[in-house]
Amino acid sequence: MVRFQMRLEPINNPNIARKSVPPAIALLTTILITSVLAMLAGANPFSVFGLILEGAFGSQFALLETLNRATPLIFTGLAVAVAFRAKFWNIGAEAQLYAGALITVLLGIGILQWPAAILLPFIIVASIIAGAILLLVPALLKTRFGVDEVVTTLLFNFIFLLFVSMLLEGPLKDPMGMGWPKSARLIPEARLPRLFEGLRLHWGFGLAIFSSIIVWVIQTKSTLGYEMRAVGLNKKAAAFAGISVNLVLIKTALISGGLAALAGFSEVAGLKGSLTLDLSPGFGYTGIIVAMLALLNPLGVVVAALFVAGIFVGADSMSRAAGVPTYLADIMLAVALLLMVLAIMLTRFRVIRD
Amino acid sequence: MTDTLVEALSLDAITKRFGELTANDAVSLSLNQGEAIALLGENGAGKTTLMNILFGQYTADSGTVRVFGEKLPPGNSRAALNAGVGMVHQHFTLADNLTVQENITLGTQSLLSYSSNSAGAKAHIIALSNKYQLAVSPNARVGTLTVGERQRVEILKALYRNVRILILDEPTAVLTPQETDDLFATLRHAISDGLAIIFISHKLHEVMTIADRVVVLRHGKIAGKVEIKNTSKEALAKMMMGTEASPPEVANSTPGAALLELRKTSTLDIGNKPGLRDVSLTLREGQIIGLAGVSGNGQAAIADLIGGSMYPVSGQILLSGTPIQGWTPHNAVKSGIARIPEDRHKTGTIADFNLTENAILEHYKSSNFSTCGWLNWRKSRTFASAIVKKYDVRCPGIDTPIRLLSGGNMQKLILGRVLEGQPRVILANQPVRGLDIGAVNYVHNQLLNARNRGAAILIISEDLDEIMALSDVIHVISSGRLSPAFDRGQMTPTQLGLWMAGSGFDGEVSNAS
Repeated sequence: MVRFQMRLEPINNPNIARKSVPPAIALLTTILITSVLAMLAGANPFSVFGLILEGAFGSQFALLETLNRATPLIFTGLAVAVAFRAKFWNIGAEAQLYAGALITVLLGIGILQWPAAILLPFIIVASIIAGAILLLVPALLKTRFGVDEVVTTLLFNFIFLLFVSMLLEGPLKDPMGMGWPKSARLIPEARLPRLFEGLRLHWGFGLAIFSSIIVWVIQTKSTLGYEMRAVGLNKKAAAFAGISVNLVLIKTALISGGLAALAGFSEVAGLKGSLTLDLSPGFGYTGIIVAMLALLNPLGVVVAALFVAGIFVGADSMSRAAGVPTYLADIMLAVALLLMVLAIMLTRFRVIRD
Repeated sequence: MTDTLVEALSLDAITKRFGELTANDAVSLSLNQGEAIALLGENGAGKTTLMNILFGQYTADSGTVRVFGEKLPPGNSRAALNAGVGMVHQHFTLADNLTVQENITLGTQSLLSYSSNSAGAKAHIIALSNKYQLAVSPNARVGTLTVGERQRVEILKALYRNVRILILDEPTAVLTPQETDDLFATLRHAISDGLAIIFISHKLHEVMTIADRVVVLRHGKIAGKVEIKNTSKEALAKMMMGTEASPPEVANSTPGAALLELRKTSTLDIGNKPGLRDVSLTLREGQIIGLAGVSGNGQAAIADLIGGSMYPVSGQILLSGTPIQGWTPHNAVKSGIARIPEDRHKTGTIADFNLTENAILEHYKSSNFSTCGWLNWRKSRTFASAIVKKYDVRCPGIDTPIRLLSGGNMQKLILGRVLEGQPRVILANQPVRGLDIGAVNYVHNQLLNARNRGAAILIISEDLDEIMALSDVIHVISSGRLSPAFDRGQMTPTQLGLWMAGSGFDGEVSNAS
């Protein structure tokens, strides 16, 4: 019988090579594995990756498309990163996203006839509150009764999506929509303007970048950020030192829910103009990938979101040109995530074979 | 003991390096059948590493392990067990929800065997427990047993597997002096039957009692091997530390006003750990109170009450005579209560935080380190640097994660963190557990200095020597009940031991003798 035993030994002071080599190998292996799949699909792997790169960043149009796609991912990525940092496992960014989108539609289709300068900030704040309240429920269940937030936040996704579906089939249904389950369009005052005149990029992207900087500042400079990190790393020591763990978890949940809701706001007010059930192709879940790839660093979330968005957008155009299914993008992301998680562990531990 | 000596174990030139640290440097030792050797050494001397190599948990860089002449394959725990090596760990490895018999036989039967010889196993256990005076019922659930009984189960478990070499890692740390005597009687019996024993300890008088020979480790090297009959406690201590350590001199003090008082406080039981029963305790200015007792008898509840992590179900906590309001750890710190927690790794520090972040852990909300919710990192770093300098914390820098520090240096940082606030009350829970002698004396001197400037101090410790050396007043805690106050020198260790075992509370021992 082949005996294969291994142990992990922590590395105390990882050097630069130890920190950078495993992630680099992870990236290369991802490319290798997807190349094999591309070949199986009957395409030349070099041209596949070339087409993905070109489709994502190769033209002004492609680049703007990538930035637009990255915008909701930055918000959901931030939401997940903030929560995971405090070890609050918010899997429900999808629901919170729809909460933001729903509020945006409710307030933006003409009930409030205010000028944009007042209406937009009002809708932003209302969206944040809606997402925060939606996540407050699982947070309270966790801190009061010890209910696992992974389960509650995950199930809330389904509940809330069905709720939105019900509204779109009923009271929110656009009377001019020819029967489609779709809300009425926002009034112009409730739409986010373009970032630059004539370019298909809206202010949601600016808001996303701004949010990531704000979150970074909160995490590194504020007492709340310090508390959130302390609770995430060691609840027991944090409580002993006088930090109210439950209060910190609730504050974390409010921030996380608010950030995810901004994704919904920005998609509706910046891009779509109305609410449909296909508003998000899983941005909430992809936010988890983004946050993990960014090692939960708020500034890293921007980079990771651009990477992930680039793969999606690039794969779309690659698929049209090379005839390889777009599912290749999903596989690439999944493999990248798994290998990256492994690589991150290998930057901290050494494998010893006995 | 037979006349012809049979070599049970021989370790030959074992060397193990962890990065730049040499944990074991060409360590050789041998052990005969029917012999007990003591492995003595400060924390970090390499005792645990050596035992882990013997057990195949680590692979030595060089050197060989032989059991009864047979070379053990390196890094194979199963081979060590099969060769008859057994170990009683300091932290027991028993399943609470199983019975004594189930714990003992666990792993000895094949999972695939259809029938189990339960009656035979039971008879064997009873025979062993009678033979070695290890009184414990095979049907009792381990969760209901006392610490002393659990240790007996651990020893029975080893004997049941026919071990020929038994390693005991600090077996007396959790026992009363009386239970220790019982343990030694059992061990002597087993030794006379031919068992070879390695006894790991840093309690010199126990080593002198039980061992035939002593092997002293210092900084991973053998510092000396001596026969017990040719040595003394003082000589061993010197060998262990390399220098003669002088315990701190304790002058008498005059206690002042009551700063913190527990008045008839009771708390709920937590699992099988008893809560407090009408405990009254007064901490006074300029006085050290020592709380002696076997671990898990309510010390944690007292520490939590004083530290603000718990509120009594009945009774009161008074701060300078005023009943406290809204008792939380934060308020306790603000009221001038400094807390050195029992577990510096899990509660005292956050492993992945750096020294600066750990230094401000209890103080980050004070105006020194933050304004309106924004941290002042410049001031925090100055504070951490000051502690590192003043309390001689050896570290690569204040930006290092604290998990890279040794236990002693970690404790010095905690000490600095709590003492820099000039606290009026200090709760020191196991302040020197696991520290080397140098660090122990340092911590004790800092506590004495704090007492001399007027702080009220409560030391909770399982080490009776520490309690007796430092305390102006001693209380014993047993099953959540607190003994009367004994003045310095009033009680002998044996008398305190009786209280620790709970007998004094029923009037069997008078307060003073």
